[in-house]
Amino acid sequence: MARAVPLRRKLIFTALAWGIGFVIFFPILWTILTSFKTEGEAVSLPPSFLFFDWTLENYGIVQERSDYLKFASNSVILALGSTLLALLIAVPAAWAMAFAPGKRTKDLLMWMLSTKMMPPVGALIPLYLIFRDLKLLDSHVGIVMVLMLLNLPIIIWMLYTYFKEIPGEILEASRMDGASIGKELIYVLAPMALPGIASTVLLNIILAWNESFWTLTLTTKNAAPLTQFIASYSSPEGLFWAKLSAASTMAIAPILVLGWFAQKQLVRGLTFGAVK
Amino acid sequence: MATQQTRSIGRIAVAPSVIALFLWMIVPLAMTIWFSFLRYNLLDPNPACSLMTPGALMDEANRCLAGTSNYTYFLTDPAFFKAMRNSLMLVFWVLVISVTGGTMLALLLDQAIYGRNFVRLLVIAPFFVMPTVSALVWKNMMMHPVQGFLAWITKSLGLGAIDWFAHYPMTAIVIMVSWQWLPFATLIILTALQSFDEEQKEAAQMDGTPPISFFWYMVIPHLARPVTVVILIETIFLLNVFAEIYVTGSGGRAGNLPFLVYHYGLLANDIGGASAGGIIAVILANIVAFFLMRMIGKNLEA
Amino acid sequence: MGTISLRNVRKAFGDAVIIPGADLDIEHGEFVVFVGPSGCGKSTLLRLIAGLEDLTSGLIMIDGEDVSDVPPARRGLAMVFQSYALYPHMSVRNNIAFGLKMAGMPKEEIDAKVTHAAATLNLTDYLDRKPRQLSGGQRQRVAIGRAIVRQPKCFLLDEPLSNLDAALRVNMRVEIMQLHRQLDATMIYVTHDQVEAMTMADRIVVLNKGEIEQVGSPLDIYNKPNSVFVAGFIGSPKMNLITGPLATKFSATTLGIRPEHVELLASAGDVNGRIVLTEHLGSDSFLHVDCGEAGRLTVRAAGDYEGKPGDAVSLGFDRARIHRFDSQGKVLV
Repeated sequence: MARAVPLRRKLIFTALAWGIGFVIFFPILWTILTSFKTEGEAVSLPPSFLFFDWTLENYGIVQERSDYLKFASNSVILALGSTLLALLIAVPAAWAMAFAPGKRTKDLLMWMLSTKMMPPVGALIPLYLIFRDLKLLDSHVGIVMVLMLLNLPIIIWMLYTYFKEIPGEILEASRMDGASIGKELIYVLAPMALPGIASTVLLNIILAWNESFWTLTLTTKNAAPLTQFIASYSSPEGLFWAKLSAASTMAIAPILVLGWFAQKQLVRGLTFGAVK
Repeated sequence: MATQQTRSIGRIAVAPSVIALFLWMIVPLAMTIWFSFLRYNLLDPNPACSLMTPGALMDEANRCLAGTSNYTYFLTDPAFFKAMRNSLMLVFWVLVISVTGGTMLALLLDQAIYGRNFVRLLVIAPFFVMPTVSALVWKNMMMHPVQGFLAWITKSLGLGAIDWFAHYPMTAIVIMVSWQWLPFATLIILTALQSFDEEQKEAAQMDGTPPISFFWYMVIPHLARPVTVVILIETIFLLNVFAEIYVTGSGGRAGNLPFLVYHYGLLANDIGGASAGGIIAVILANIVAFFLMRMIGKNLEA
Repeated sequence: MGTISLRNVRKAFGDAVIIPGADLDIEHGEFVVFVGPSGCGKSTLLRLIAGLEDLTSGLIMIDGEDVSDVPPARRGLAMVFQSYALYPHMSVRNNIAFGLKMAGMPKEEIDAKVTHAAATLNLTDYLDRKPRQLSGGQRQRVAIGRAIVRQPKCFLLDEPLSNLDAALRVNMRVEIMQLHRQLDATMIYVTHDQVEAMTMADRIVVLNKGEIEQVGSPLDIYNKPNSVFVAGFIGSPKMNLITGPLATKFSATTLGIRPEHVELLASAGDVNGRIVLTEHLGSDSFLHVDCGEAGRLTVRAAGDYEGKPGDAVSLGFDRARIHRFDSQGKVLV
């Protein structure tokens, strides 16, 4: 809009937007603040906002008592592992669909996306039983595979859209220059698609980190990520809010940060191209 | 662009993904269907039923095959109607809240305001909070009738405190889940708004279009697409809400379909019944997927 | 070295036939230009020769060898793409060296060749820059350098100048022609610009809807077009193509006469008309004359011609320069 917006209007909207933003963000803010309070302080009324004795004790206790780090490292392993494993088979698949499409490629892509729409409960029973019999319950390998399959359609889809943005002529030039398909992928495609690949990895780390169905049903403590860890706080053991807040803050902080960078990727990945 | 050679390599390149997804789709689903016709309980004193394969001895089959009794059992369980109703109500209300809220918020954020990017971050944040954290934070810190923040507010206004999970568990879940998905709707609709062709706006200006007409005839149709996408995508995920119900322990009273299946299977150990429930959930989801595919198909042009 | 033959080359995408059947022989060292309107199949033909597309049927031979099943890298060709297709993440040096690296050449040899090519193309100062830091003309030269350094039997150039501005285009045209003489290599050049075709080619191949309409030297094509299409396509401004009673008078369905072969007479020419528009280019003037039944004709006049729109004129056709075409659009001898 080239014409200036009247100042008054701008201020009113700004106030409104900031107000609503604050309200929406409040639960998160409140949790972060509470994590720095003592337990007594946390449940006292009226609630204090900024003027209380800030303490880091909760963070220490959470780690000591329930080994937060183990769960966090599980989250990292599961998120990274499933994403990287998926990339291994998704990159070639996306390459093929973007640069060597056949008559059925579009249908294939749609079918892949449709697998994401199957309700997990439809697979819960058999998967649980198979995992139980193969001793994969509560194992890193098992969950990594499940998360990989869960997110594979989105990963392929996102890579496909990024690959399509690479001018085909550059790949043809590399072919004229004598590059085999493998060398074409390594020397030309991958470097050019790196931002796209990074974006895909980013979004999928977020999705895998927050996944709250399979991580809750198929893990107990060994391979349990932060989702399960927090869930175990659900049976109250007396005063525990400050500790819960600390645990929660630690659990969500990495993803909040990553998420702020991943907005564009979110739109691209989760609307399957229907919104630009 | 593709030659025969690259096309055949392409087929090999796609194969692992196709096989992996195919197995992921078919195997569990087939097993679930199979189990749904079996009398199979994990606590069954007669474990032979778990080894039922098609083609087993006839008398074993007679004993273990349950026909459609699992389905009847599941569908006539009063908990089923409740769960089904809760599933659909959850989807409905979250959609209403997130879409209307999201549209209004997106329109607001599209205006010229100071610090728009910062506000955007505030608004987007809830979507990235893991559902288990969101559930516990809401249940304890916000909605607790004694020490929760909301209780403090209502009490200060002289309205007394509401024990959400005791009296209105469904509403509580709806609020939680809406809080998580409102950012998603806002983000999508805002993205679409911001991609609204600048030149169209200017052409309308030249034509002297009044703002209300502009909004009605140009913005609303433009929004139809992202809103539809939001509705369809959210529905798919909302039908499968699980963590919030599991973690807040409201399964008994506000459980939805997925939770009921989980309950049957992993808590009551009724594999047969749970499988029947799972299939019903799948059928429901397929109907939705059908419409979603129609919508997306238009966008998968080369 | 660098002879290319096409026998009955056919290309179809599903049901759409782009090239029904093409036959062509290109000699070593020739500068051949494929020219035609958009969608006429010239780029497709080039890509078939390059090996970037499969033949539906037919034969392509390079130096007598059938290369129809040989992948692009092994045909001994090099291509300059319309968009240059430079590798954006590599420096100019590495862009040029890439093909040699893929061929497994030792590093010192590669360096030597790259330095030589860069010198030939005045790119020495830019060797360590990335493509995005270069101007259009410089990128063009890098694309050419990448092709030169592989010492191919034949160069394929796909509308290399269309992304450049007019002045640059003229300069690059000259540079490419000089390069051709320097390298003594075969070049196949695709363009829709008939000026490029006329000025650069040893032989022109005129394509229309996938068919090769005519092959010949520029002057041959200009003076002896064998069809209405070729006559109207080559030459700017376009040849006047007259149908109707005036054409019948000359025993043809279509009569063609170039603007420079139409004379302004004082009276009683082959046809009379009224000036509708005058275009003054300085060296020449072009008059658009409405001749009633005969349609609108373009006539070349002197640079300082003073006639104005509305003036009546009489036009005479140089009998030695008229072209007569039959009802199929083919030339009548």
